[in-house]
Amino acid sequence: MKIGLFIPCYIDQFYPKVGIATLELLEKLGCNVGYPMDQTCCGQPMGNSGSEKEAVKTAELFVKNFQTYDCIVAPTGSCACYVKEHYDILKQTDATKYVRENIYELAEFITDILKVDQIDATFPYKVGFHSSCHGQRGLRLAQSSELNLPFFSKQKQLLSMVKGIEIVEIDRRDECCGFGGTFCVTEEAVSVKMGKDKVADFVRNGAEVITSGDVSCLMHLDGIIKRQKYPVKVLHIAEILNNTIER
Amino acid sequence: MKHSEAAEKFISDNERTNWHDKALWFVRAKRDIAIKQVAEWEELRALASQIKAHVMSNLDVLLEQFEANAIKNGIHVHWAKDAEEHNNHVLNILKEHRVKSLVKSKSMLTEECHLNPFLEKNGIEVIDTDLGERIIQFRNEPPSHIVLPAIHLTKEEVGETFHTHLGIEKGISDPKILTDIARAHLREKFLSADAAMTGVNFGIADTGGFVVCTNEGNTDMGVHLSQVHIASMGIEKIIPRQEDLGVFTRLLARSATGQPVTTYTSHYLTAQSGQVIHLIIVDNGRSKQLGRADYVKSLFCIRCGACMNTCPVYRRSGGYSYSYGIPGPIGSILAPGANPKEHSSMPFASTLCGSCTDVCPVKIDIHQQLYSWRQDLTEDKKTSSSKRLIMKMMGIVLAYPKLYRFSGITARWFLGFSPRFLIYNKLNLWGKQRELPSVPTESFRDWYSKNRRANL
Ligand code: SF4
Repeated sequence: MKIGLFIPCYIDQFYPKVGIATLELLEKLGCNVGYPMDQTCCGQPMGNSGSEKEAVKTAELFVKNFQTYDCIVAPTGSCACYVKEHYDILKQTDATKYVRENIYELAEFITDILKVDQIDATFPYKVGFHSSCHGQRGLRLAQSSELNLPFFSKQKQLLSMVKGIEIVEIDRRDECCGFGGTFCVTEEAVSVKMGKDKVADFVRNGAEVITSGDVSCLMHLDGIIKRQKYPVKVLHIAEILNNTIER
Repeated sequence: MKHSEAAEKFISDNERTNWHDKALWFVRAKRDIAIKQVAEWEELRALASQIKAHVMSNLDVLLEQFEANAIKNGIHVHWAKDAEEHNNHVLNILKEHRVKSLVKSKSMLTEECHLNPFLEKNGIEVIDTDLGERIIQFRNEPPSHIVLPAIHLTKEEVGETFHTHLGIEKGISDPKILTDIARAHLREKFLSADAAMTGVNFGIADTGGFVVCTNEGNTDMGVHLSQVHIASMGIEKIIPRQEDLGVFTRLLARSATGQPVTTYTSHYLTAQSGQVIHLIIVDNGRSKQLGRADYVKSLFCIRCGACMNTCPVYRRSGGYSYSYGIPGPIGSILAPGANPKEHSSMPFASTLCGSCTDVCPVKIDIHQQLYSWRQDLTEDKKTSSSKRLIMKMMGIVLAYPKLYRFSGITARWFLGFSPRFLIYNKLNLWGKQRELPSVPTESFRDWYSKNRRANL
């Protein structure tokens, strides 16, 4: 099985270490991973801002880049969700349909396709998990607190396999962090307030590290943490699942 | 005013924002506990959604069936195509019965039609009898929430309002005392009113009866004490059969406040002797929405308010930050249908987190509709031209790998080597209260080219 690794634009440019951790993790799990060199973005920034027509060319490029792989894996729930839900803006060719059906968020790929039941990682810290909305309510990587259905979380399931980790529960388990794409600047005041409240929930409950499947949320939270000097760090879930170094 | 500007003002009072957020989250949490008691909750939601879908595709037939049955029961039925016709109907009925004073129980439809100012202009005294409504009526404010109209006020502010308008002692803020004071005041008004006006939660096609759900008993009190009962109902409130009602009453109260059922579920079928019932069936833009395939589901709404209580943006920006009378997620998908230019910022006042969609008892795909409105408003050039241009440019950069890589290198270089004042200034909304990520020297692609050469 040949896997196409999608590294979203903001990870490529600002968080290469998340891309590296994702790649190394997949390789450790025995995957044959390729990285199409001409990839850019999935098109979501334009779509969420109301200009999905401007996303068409970017989306076409995405399909062109990834159509030859067996599975497409991305360390983000948000972009994977965009490809699945919103690539109806493209002509539904076989390639488009194929890409939409075969794209996976990283944790979902590991639990559902690789069906991994153990992970060789160590991370002796108190970790709070932020369930990103597009991963949770878009891809259903975890059960929403609004629904009367049994709880599960594919990402927490993986985190719980890490040696030494202590998972910290927060008061509002799936409240949005306030990033929201261009929302984070067009609605700056609300966005920051939501982010502050989110970080405070983690800090109040004793988290030393906040992790998530989406770097966009973490980038927003980290911006707040650094400015407000909160005693907590952010790491992408791939960085924890790929970590073997003791404290 | 744009939502973002109004929201910023609201948030500048941090303490109030925290309190508002917590008060509404408390209601959401109560709702969570209540729905967990109903094992078949998700089936109920699905059923309600299907019934509403059936109603919307058979609305013409069901409305006529409802009308015919209501007339058989002796109810006077009127049709209003818009707010103006609705208000004129009300005024004419009141004139016909020589009514000078009207008690009203909560109805978002009469808010939508701006009935109160219209009647007052025509010399009729209008008293809102729902406690929250009465408070904001004193203050001359619109509701900030569809179920909890005065949720933006603290108990101290309520005491202050009663001090000004009812002459009570200054400084009373005990909710129990304030409620008793309001009760005594309203009782007088009930006794002296000539007509009562109510909304309608459900109009039942196969019986011609209608149902009003309240918690304070003010609807019954008003109706029983007056000779004329006027009820206003939007065309979308129809349900096909009496037996469908239970599906909705079970969902409504739990979603709204976490109660198993509203304290009063009043069924009106025929007038009591000596009384008349007038029912006004109102369109006011609903049939237009019915014709919009992407948005027709917004008409499923049973006005429970759960999407507001759960909305992280609404909780932190308050009802008045939205330019339309119905705020929050449901308001944001109804408003652009009513006036796209005026309310163009509302569908953007969301992170598209989807909590509203999951909480909604009739399964309206609210966040998908917010997304669709964004596309439609942009397409119709109802959004700012600079934003559209930025998106166009971004679309070009991201469509061409070389251009993207060049921009990435430039941006990282700029962020990495510029002095702080160049980056953190007024133009940078990200950096007003947040740090930018620290800049790596190479992109992932650069790293990959060096370290996985064999794969290339
Ligand atoms: S949209 Fe749904 S959740 Fe919101 S008020 Fe209407 S019925 Fe309730």
